[in-house]
Amino acid sequence: MIIADKKPIEEIIEEVEDYDRLLVLGCNECVTVCEAGGKKEVGILASVLRMHFIKEGREKKIDERTLERQCDHEYLEEIRDVIDQYDAVLSLACGVGVQFAAEKYLSTPILPGVNTVCLGANEERGVWTERCQACGECVLARTAGICPVSRCAKRVLNGPCGGSSNGKCEINKDLDCAWQLIIDRLHALGRMDDYEKVAPIKNWSTDRAGGPRKVVREDVQV
Amino acid sequence: MSNDDMTIKPLSKLHEILLNGEFAVTGECGPPRGANREVIAKKAGLLKGFIDAVNVTDNQTAIVRMSSIAGAVHLIEAGLEPVMQMVVRDRNRIALQSDILGAYSMGIRNILCLSGDHQSFGSQPDALNVFDIDSLNLVRTVKDMRETGKDMSGFELDIAPAMFIGAAANPFADPFEYRVLRLAKKIDAGVDFIQTQCIYNMARFKQWIKMAREEGLTEKVYILGGVTPLKSAGMARYMNNKVAGMDIPDEIIKRMGSVPKEDAIEEGMKICLETIAELKELDGVSGVHIMAIEWEEKVGEIVKRAGLKK
Repeated sequence: MIIADKKPIEEIIEEVEDYDRLLVLGCNECVTVCEAGGKKEVGILASVLRMHFIKEGREKKIDERTLERQCDHEYLEEIRDVIDQYDAVLSLACGVGVQFAAEKYLSTPILPGVNTVCLGANEERGVWTERCQACGECVLARTAGICPVSRCAKRVLNGPCGGSSNGKCEINKDLDCAWQLIIDRLHALGRMDDYEKVAPIKNWSTDRAGGPRKVVREDVQV
Repeated sequence: MSNDDMTIKPLSKLHEILLNGEFAVTGECGPPRGANREVIAKKAGLLKGFIDAVNVTDNQTAIVRMSSIAGAVHLIEAGLEPVMQMVVRDRNRIALQSDILGAYSMGIRNILCLSGDHQSFGSQPDALNVFDIDSLNLVRTVKDMRETGKDMSGFELDIAPAMFIGAAANPFADPFEYRVLRLAKKIDAGVDFIQTQCIYNMARFKQWIKMAREEGLTEKVYILGGVTPLKSAGMARYMNNKVAGMDIPDEIIKRMGSVPKEDAIEEGMKICLETIAELKELDGVSGVHIMAIEWEEKVGEIVKRAGLKK
C-alpha cells in the first residue's frame, strides 16, 4: 500500500493560515491503514487546528469528512455539493488523492496534510517499510522475491556492493542489506545459479524516467 | 588475460607491466576541493618514479572535488599514467559514455569502475543519486565499447575508446562466501584488473585469493592488493568503525597502540611493508595498490623500503 506520514503541525498551520473555512478531508484507504490520514487522524488534526486558532483568537470553521477513496471520481464527487462552503480543503490522502481532488475542484485550494513516503508494508505495529518503487518492470523473479531497486541504497542490480557488513547496509546499521537477503533466499531456494548470471542493464523508461506513466486497459474500458 | 599470448597489444603502460609479469605498483591521488591544478602537480611530483600508475578518485566519500577526468589529464601532463576512477552514483549512462569518450580523447587509458560512496556520507547528503547502471554493468559497457567499437545504442563510434578496465573488490565485506562469486561476475562482465580494499586482515585475504585461485579466476584477472599505512591506533580504530567495508583486526589496532606515540608512524609503516612482502609471495597477486590518503610523500619510502621498484 501507499505509506504516508504526518506533516509537522507547524507546516500545516502555515498552509491553512489564510483560510477561514476549512474542510479536513480523510481517505479510507492506504492512509487509514498506515494511520496517517483516516477518520481518526482527521478528527485529531481538526481538533488541534481548532484549538490552535482559538488560542490565537482567530476562530475558524473547521469541518471533518472522510471519503472512501480520493483517487476515484465516484467518491470525490460526494463533496461537490459542499465544496463551495470552504475556502480550502486540507486533504490527508496521499499525493494521488490531493491531485485528483485538485483537478476536480479547480477553484478551491487543495492542500496536502501528509507526506507521501513510499509503497510499503506494515512491518510491525507503528513501523512501515518500503518494498517497491513502481519501476514498471518487475525484477523480483530474478532476485528471489526481494527488490534491489527499492531496498538497496545504491539500486545495485548485481550486488552486494563493498559496503555490506554483517547483513547490514553501509548507510545505516539498522537497514538490512537487500543483497544479503537476496543471497540468503536464493540459497534457501537452491537457486544460487541465478546469482551467477550478470543482471542486464535495466530499462528505466518504464520508471519515472520515461515521464508520467499511464496504464490503458481496453479490456476493462467501458 | 593471457601472459603466454605475446600478440596482445597492451592498452596502457599498466597493462604492459602486468603483461610482462612485473609486480605492478599503483598509487592514489585525490583531486583538490578547488580548481587548483598545482595540488595535482605537487602530488604527481611526490609519486613520480615510484609507481606505475595513479588512481584519480571520483568525488570520493561523496564530497565535491575537481573531476577525475581533469585530475587524470593533469597527471598525464606531469608525466604519470592515470587510472581514472568513475562512479555510477553521479552520472547516467549517457554521461558515463560521454565522459569515457572524452577521457580517452585526452589520453586516459585506464579506468576503474565503481559504485561510489553513498551521498549520505558526504557533505551534500540532500543530493539526488543516479545509479542508472551498476558498477558491474559499467565494466561491461566499457568492455563492449572496446570490443565492438559501438556505444550502448549500437552506434558505430569513429574512434572507440580502448581502455584497460579495472574494478574494485572487497574481500572483507559480507557475505564472504559469495565475494568470490561476485569477482567471477566482474570477470564475466569484462574486467581486466582488480584493486582490492585495504588489506589488514591477511588471513581473510589469503582465504579469498585461495578461493579465487581454485575457481581459476586469478588466471583471468590481474589482482592488485590494496594497502594503506596506518598513522596511529586512533586512525585504525576510526577506519575500522567508520569506513564502509573496512576490516582491521584487533591485533593490528593493539599493535599500533602498543608503541609510544612517536613511533606509531614507523609501526604503521612496518605493518604496511610486512603486508606488501606477503602479497609479493602470494600466488595470484599481480601487484600492490598503495592508498596513502593525503600522505603521498610516504609512497616513495614505502616503495623503496619494500624493494618494489627500479
